Amino acid sequence: MEIILEKNKKRTGPVIFSKYNMGEGIKKALELGRENLLFEIKGAGLKGRGGAGFPTATKWMLSAAANAEKKFVVCNADEGEPGTFKDRVLLLEYPELVFEGMVIAGYIIGAKTGIVYLRGEYEYLLEALEEFLMKMREEKLLGKNILGKEAFDFDISIRLGSGAYVCGEETALIESLEGNRGEPRNRPPYPVNTGYLGYPTIVNNVETLASVPHIVTKGGEWFKKYGTDKSTGSKLFSVSGDCAKPGVYELPWGTKIKELLELVGAKNTKAVQVGGASGICIPKTQFDRAFAYEDAATGGSIMVFNEGRDMLKVLKNFLEFFVEESCGQCTPCRVGNTKLLEGVEKIERGEYTFAYISNLKELGHTMQVASKCGLGQSSPNSFISILENFKDEIFRTNGKGRNNGKA
Amino acid sequence: MLVLEKNALSEEIEQLVAKYGSDRSALIQILQAIQRKHKFISDFAQQEVARLLSIHPVEVYSVITFYSFLCSEPKGRNIVRLCKTISCDMAGKDAVEAAVKRELGISFGETTKDKRITLEYTNCLGMCDQGPAMLVNERVYTHLDPEKAVNILNEIK
Repeated sequence: MEIILEKNKKRTGPVIFSKYNMGEGIKKALELGRENLLFEIKGAGLKGRGGAGFPTATKWMLSAAANAEKKFVVCNADEGEPGTFKDRVLLLEYPELVFEGMVIAGYIIGAKTGIVYLRGEYEYLLEALEEFLMKMREEKLLGKNILGKEAFDFDISIRLGSGAYVCGEETALIESLEGNRGEPRNRPPYPVNTGYLGYPTIVNNVETLASVPHIVTKGGEWFKKYGTDKSTGSKLFSVSGDCAKPGVYELPWGTKIKELLELVGAKNTKAVQVGGASGICIPKTQFDRAFAYEDAATGGSIMVFNEGRDMLKVLKNFLEFFVEESCGQCTPCRVGNTKLLEGVEKIERGEYTFAYISNLKELGHTMQVASKCGLGQSSPNSFISILENFKDEIFRTNGKGRNNGKA
Repeated sequence: MLVLEKNALSEEIEQLVAKYGSDRSALIQILQAIQRKHKFISDFAQQEVARLLSIHPVEVYSVITFYSFLCSEPKGRNIVRLCKTISCDMAGKDAVEAAVKRELGISFGETTKDKRITLEYTNCLGMCDQGPAMLVNERVYTHLDPEKAVNILNEIK
């Protein structure tokens, strides 16, 4: 298969793409014991890599403390954010990191079952991943009494999604695993207490889990050497769009946007969409900003637009995406996204007033606070940031329609 | 539907339930298996799944309509999904789209008369660094251009 061709690329990076021997992480974890492991992960300052940035150690401590006969570790491999493909690379080239991260998580919280929720679009990875799990079972890295540790049983199964972006939201993902429509739940209760089938469940991003074996083997202090005070370690960036070398890059947090652009060979860049369709659009005057939870936060999607691109068209593409992918459960998101898309279509045709535009922006702010889940809370980001940062380009047509009515 | 066909489908679904279990949490796996084989989940199949899982058929229908990879209407033998997200768009999706439509003589959302191919759009396939990309059933094809895309479609049976 074609993507396999890309598999033998030699990747290098400070943390995730650094040297690792399969099995090391689990072995070290069993030596350290639960308390020390949590201490290391907390000390490392690891935060969720999916975009929300919740401290991993806190999540794991909460579910470790929960009292229940069963617990679950779920790996969120439903990367649907436009422009993100790092999880595909991790699962294809570094499955040992992801699966060992799950085993270590299971050891810490006291779970025996791990589930990978793999997006339906990645079904072609399934066979290779199943084979890899078999190999891990043979090497005693999965199954009963892992690496000879009495009463430590853990196994992993893979479940496929069926093409719904919203299932990347952790409670929607759990609903989907339970055989329901992928509609996000009200929180609280949080999955750490009441998750899959009502049992304590931790849901972690592929990249978060893949960081864990490195932290365990090399220590929290080593991990903290990279990144900034508030954003420790490194981040995988999925770079696409107008650049010479698109692909996955591992860079420490705190890297500046302009440094990344240089690395990927982007020229005449007008804007960078940071964080995918649900992220923000950053114009070239702000390329000094750094990727970090406290500055330009991202789950890793970086889309580069050069001077030739029409930002209104970009925005329309994003909003069409959200209109399709909104689960429809709550009104701010279901209706809000269609209203924002209508607004863009009206701007395209030159049928707008500035009062109308400012109403739409207000609607966007309402969606950010009133939507039930992250989808509707973040979908107005692109609308607000593109109309704000590119207003000269978008509104220069003065009500005559774009390009004075010419195509 | 012929009685024989119905019986065969019932038997098939019973086997799936034996494999995945009769809990509600097995529902999507069962539907995915039916979808993979038949390219759609018929009313009768929905009723059978509901019966064996002891849930109302409308529950099954409601789940099918939620997920874009599950469907309740017949489709072609092969489902081709072209990514329409912005990275693939910028990489030349429009030319591929036009060529595919021209070659098959159908629009997106339609099925060829010989039931060979159903054309659909899809959102981001996670191939943004290698766009334009499309899925043919569960296989992914990347770095498409009009000629390459048409050649791939011509090879599908």
